[in-house]
Amino acid sequence: MSWYLSLPLAIPFITAIFAFFARKSVYGKWISVIGSGASLLASAALMYVVLQEGVIAGQMGNWPAPFGITLVADLLSAVMVVITAITGFAVAIYCMGEITERMEYLGYHALFQVLLAGVTGAFLTGDLFNLYVWFEVMLISSFGLLILGGRKEQIDGGIKYVTLNLISTILFLSGIGLIYGMTGTLNLADLSLAVERVENQGLLTVVAVMFMIAFGVKAALFPLFFWLPAAYHTPAFSVSAVFAGLLTKVGVYALIRMFTLVFDHDVQFTHTLLLWVAAFTMIVGVLGAAAQSDFRKILSFHIVSQIGYMIMGLALSTKFALVGAVFYLVHHIIVKANLFLIAGVANRIAGSTELSRIGGLYKSAPLLGILFLIPAFSLAGFPPLSGFWAKYILVAAAIEIEAWVIAGIALLVGLLTIYSMTKIWGQAFWPAHPDGIEPKLSHMPKFQRWCYLLPIAGLATLTIIIGLFPEPFVTFAERAADQLLDPTEYVTTVLGERAP
Amino acid sequence: MKSLILRVATRYLSALLLIFSVYMLLRGHNEPGGGFIGGLVGATGFVLYAIACGTTMAREALRVMPQSIAMAGLGIALAAGLFSFFFDDAFFTGQWLFIGETEDDKGYPISTVLFFDIGVYLVVFGSILTLVFAMEEEI
Repeated sequence: MSWYLSLPLAIPFITAIFAFFARKSVYGKWISVIGSGASLLASAALMYVVLQEGVIAGQMGNWPAPFGITLVADLLSAVMVVITAITGFAVAIYCMGEITERMEYLGYHALFQVLLAGVTGAFLTGDLFNLYVWFEVMLISSFGLLILGGRKEQIDGGIKYVTLNLISTILFLSGIGLIYGMTGTLNLADLSLAVERVENQGLLTVVAVMFMIAFGVKAALFPLFFWLPAAYHTPAFSVSAVFAGLLTKVGVYALIRMFTLVFDHDVQFTHTLLLWVAAFTMIVGVLGAAAQSDFRKILSFHIVSQIGYMIMGLALSTKFALVGAVFYLVHHIIVKANLFLIAGVANRIAGSTELSRIGGLYKSAPLLGILFLIPAFSLAGFPPLSGFWAKYILVAAAIEIEAWVIAGIALLVGLLTIYSMTKIWGQAFWPAHPDGIEPKLSHMPKFQRWCYLLPIAGLATLTIIIGLFPEPFVTFAERAADQLLDPTEYVTTVLGERAP
Repeated sequence: MKSLILRVATRYLSALLLIFSVYMLLRGHNEPGGGFIGGLVGATGFVLYAIACGTTMAREALRVMPQSIAMAGLGIALAAGLFSFFFDDAFFTGQWLFIGETEDDKGYPISTVLFFDIGVYLVVFGSILTLVFAMEEEI
């Protein structure tokens, strides 16, 4: 059983090793694609098992919980692993078109695979300290990817990124130390039982807020988000697509996990705080996007704004709201990664991501126009795309418990999202190119064109499928939310006969 | 740095540090030590060499790129973990082989745990040297 959990982790590492030693040959990128495909299969197998048998857990090295490292997959973990593998596979194909030989030589594919392994590990682990280790794996590999190529603005963005993330890591580590001192365990399932026995519940809330800040930096919550727009517009487009799709979502996932499983003792305080943070994150993100004039910077600020929606779902903490949060997570990863990939194509054929310096994409590359419209409208929440259902569930959940203010903010932010999407549309797609050139997709070599467009089309199709047939996805999210709200199955699966 | 004393001393110190690092690695299973600390001590040997004689000489002495050493180490550690697959155990379960086992003597033990530790040693050794060489060369 435990191999279903280990393989999605082991495969990216194995791929990284082979890709590193083949980095001078043409096979490096193919190894990366094949490896990502294999992880996709492994994570699909994991998903199948979790759907059939419910929560599954594996004890690494056969050391029983709560002493050893536990890997756990409930429905939320499983779906995050699958979506990571899908994004990884799509971007690995995209990389074949974008990544230059020099960057391959510097070890691009190996770093990319290690990053995917780090993300997968963070989703699968059932141990707080192990989660910290996966955060470090992600941080180191993402820093490497950020500065690969060594341009000046890359170093600038990279330093901001790594400094703020290190601060968050230190807070996280201090929080781990404190909670270990109070409870004597770091296994998440064990912790969820142990926190009830802590005498000083006030101190526990303090530690909860420490974790909230630490994960808040990772998830780019207000007011700790400013490293994100400073860094995400600098690296290669495939890199920024993976970052945009997955990295912040690891923070969101950690928040959801910790604040449903462990820190549910003082909901009145912690979740009200989260609700305020969510509201500010949504508004500040979308207003920040309105002030930008660079394709990728607009999208970066939108990540911040969208994170607010997911945290809103967590903060309302009803079943319906958690359904919305889970649905939103999945929808957002697909759509956001896709938009960054499209920005890469626009940059390749029109020569820039600065909106004032490009144009004419609609006339000369109408296919790209359609491919952009799908995720852009989905992001803004147009029916019948996936974003509509995600927003609909969240707003309905807010109205259900009469949280009118947050529902109003969510609707308003959706409206403003359309504003910045039309801004990209109105400047990059409609007017003629300022230099008078006609950016055509056919200007790219055939192989590169396929590598660029296939993953974009694939992800766009996924968005449409989720939008047109939301029923099974919502049912799935409901089951995931049930597991989050009632962690008994999670705890008993991990602890076995030790559970009460 | 052009210091004759340092260069002569380094020749002995580097060798000593490398031997000591292997000692640390092997001792680590039951006593303080292990792959991580061993890798650090071993890397110190080459760092000292790089300071005394320059990174070009140090790279020549190392023969292999430090990145490759780190990646090979990762491979060895991973292989040690995956080995338990063939024995139907969980990932990273230690597998033991006792050579010359008799009824009252456990024999000479070899385990995948040792190979994992060797992997860690190489990862630490390689990545520290990658960093230090890069920084020495920038300046």
